[in-house]
Amino acid sequence: MAFVREDLYPAQPAPTQFTGPLAWMRRNLFATPTDAVLTIIGILFLIWIIPPLFGFIAPTFLGGNAVPAGGTVEQCRAEGAGACWAFIAARLNFFIYGFYPVEEYWRPNIVFGLGALLIIPLLWPRAPFKRTNAALFFIVYPVVCYYLLNGGVFGLRSVPTEQWGGLLVTLVLSLVGIICSIPIGILLALGRQSKLPIIKTLCVMFIELWRAVPLITVLFMASIMLPLFMPQGMSVDKLLRALVGVTLFASAYLAEVVRGGLQALPRGQYEAASSLGLSYWKSMGLVILPQALKHVIPGIVNTFIALFKDTSLVSIVGIFDLLNTVQASSSDVNWGSPTQAVSGYIFAAFVFWIFCFAMSRYSIFMERRLDTGHKG
Amino acid sequence: MAVQGNVQQAPRASFLNDPVVRGIVYQVLVAAVVIGFFAWIVYNTAQNLSAQNKSTGFDFLWQTSGFGISFTLIPWDRTSLYWEAFLVGLLNTLLVAAIGIVFATILGFTIGIARLSSNWLIARFATVYVETIRNIPLLLQLFFWYFAVLKAMPAVRQSYALPFDIFINQRGLYVPRPIPNETFGFVWIAVAVGILACIGIAIWARRRLEATGQRFPVVFTCIGVFALILMLGVWITGANLAFEPPALERFNFRGGLELVPEFVALAFGLIIYTAAFIAETVRSGIQAVNKGQTEAAQSLGLRDDDRLRLVIIPQAMRVIIPPLTSQYLNLTKNSSLGAAIGYPELVNVFAGTTLNQTGRAIEVIAMTMAVYLTISLLTSAFMNWYNARVALVER
Repeated sequence: MAFVREDLYPAQPAPTQFTGPLAWMRRNLFATPTDAVLTIIGILFLIWIIPPLFGFIAPTFLGGNAVPAGGTVEQCRAEGAGACWAFIAARLNFFIYGFYPVEEYWRPNIVFGLGALLIIPLLWPRAPFKRTNAALFFIVYPVVCYYLLNGGVFGLRSVPTEQWGGLLVTLVLSLVGIICSIPIGILLALGRQSKLPIIKTLCVMFIELWRAVPLITVLFMASIMLPLFMPQGMSVDKLLRALVGVTLFASAYLAEVVRGGLQALPRGQYEAASSLGLSYWKSMGLVILPQALKHVIPGIVNTFIALFKDTSLVSIVGIFDLLNTVQASSSDVNWGSPTQAVSGYIFAAFVFWIFCFAMSRYSIFMERRLDTGHKG
Repeated sequence: MAVQGNVQQAPRASFLNDPVVRGIVYQVLVAAVVIGFFAWIVYNTAQNLSAQNKSTGFDFLWQTSGFGISFTLIPWDRTSLYWEAFLVGLLNTLLVAAIGIVFATILGFTIGIARLSSNWLIARFATVYVETIRNIPLLLQLFFWYFAVLKAMPAVRQSYALPFDIFINQRGLYVPRPIPNETFGFVWIAVAVGILACIGIAIWARRRLEATGQRFPVVFTCIGVFALILMLGVWITGANLAFEPPALERFNFRGGLELVPEFVALAFGLIIYTAAFIAETVRSGIQAVNKGQTEAAQSLGLRDDDRLRLVIIPQAMRVIIPPLTSQYLNLTKNSSLGAAIGYPELVNVFAGTTLNQTGRAIEVIAMTMAVYLTISLLTSAFMNWYNARVALVER
């Protein structure tokens, strides 16, 4: 009996042409001559841009030229100095709280902490008590924040809105903007779908008007014309005017997002709701809206990102939001140096970027999650 | 047994529960509330205005403005009237929007396609660009370009010299000014003739392809014919286009075309920002074309360029065009941020300076909003027409 091999030969390693980093490079970087040229240009670009950029941004203890926190203005003025992070560190409180009194910083801090505590379980799909959580965040939280920040009750010192500023105002504007515009946006979207001609026309006109004009004209209108519209002797707070403008603007955009969700629902859902004998509001509240809103969560988050970026425009009407505090500090003579303005802009851009990027990732995550469900 | 009972009438709901009656009641209520609200506002405004001794009306448009504008497309001096200021602002808005749209489209399509590139490095570059630019407010970017880049440029004497006689310094961008001679108009005629010839060649080539199946190198022939006609036209008519380069004098540049830094910063910022959004539109449009379409085209034996031209691009464009138009609209609206860096566009000149000088808040804001509303409505009218044209006809 000849030899019969009973076990398999051990598998040979795949040819190096097809695995490993070399093959990866061949496939993804040098597949064709054009690709090779593009890759080489790209690498040259990186070599050209990375070292100076790193040198400018990285503080001295990491090998860069930037002046780290705690540095002096002389260091920032020195020849070849990079970004002046010492300036950012010195003005950080102004960028976060604006003119809020220092001894009252604990109040905005509580607002920040409470917000984070409420919003994380709200955004996390599997967290329990969604309904209570939402009620707390959308109704109780704004009220608590208002009294906490504004003061004047329970022995809290009164801090008028003129003293609010920085990141605090940016967050207040965008959060209040989105919280107020969600219900208005839903009503407008329902109105636009309505069969009643007058209601439909009014809603369409409202939505199209605000969507057609730039936010800056809306803010101008709110800050100049709102006082004219009010009865004599009634003054409207400056921050409130901006809030009204931002809310009107955002609710029009949100209405279109919600309308997308309403239109995406199969007709059968509407018919099923009415064949159950539900009234209009019950069929909307119990059947249509829960499904429609769930589908447009990514759209709502995207609207919120746009709103968050757009709040920077309030600096044009003289409110000290994050961007305006940075802009105002960039001409601070105590820290006058060639890189002062750039450092401020990089810092502000970084803060905005962190928020917006995180939200856009969340939006993509929700999109993927919702995509697996049944589709109409 | 044919028992045909009377068809039962639907039970008549009580008057209050009749949906038609209810609908009418609701609408009357809403209309009353809205009219009442507006009446209240109008009453308050009239009261406030009379208390402040302010007049109303559009007569201010024919008053002398008396302020200077740094950058105008039409003649402007301090004796110009307010309606001319309105026109200056409108033209400046349209100028920056037009330039922005052209370049943002080019950049956006390039980056959008680069994001789908099989080259890992190029795709990464495009992704980093889009994710960085999209997540930073436009106003911040404009501040950066204007205050941190252009205002930090060297003074006039130390201007950076770029190729093609372009100079950049604190006061702006200086490019050579084209000076056409008298017969230069004929060049446009030559261009038109060349384009017509190319269209003719393309039609003939397609007919030939359909009749005989033979290909004709349309693109190369067209370039050749076009260049030939253009050169002939220039040679016969003696047309000439001279360039007057900007020249450094003692304190400033003389000659050439001066672009103020506000314009450069705004146009640059708008292009960079909008291109990121256009890139996303383009990417999703191309990805929206089903892979089966590529495979179907390949199995029909279409060449790669024919596959793109006849199958992929037409379908991708149907998805791309609507959001692309709304990006153009966004760019036009965003050009109003030029007000923050001092570019004299509509909001700056009219809703800013004019409003402050005349105090006619309602009229000025209404006119400004009307301009944007008109642009927006015209665009959406175009979009509806386009959507109806390209809509999928399903069985």
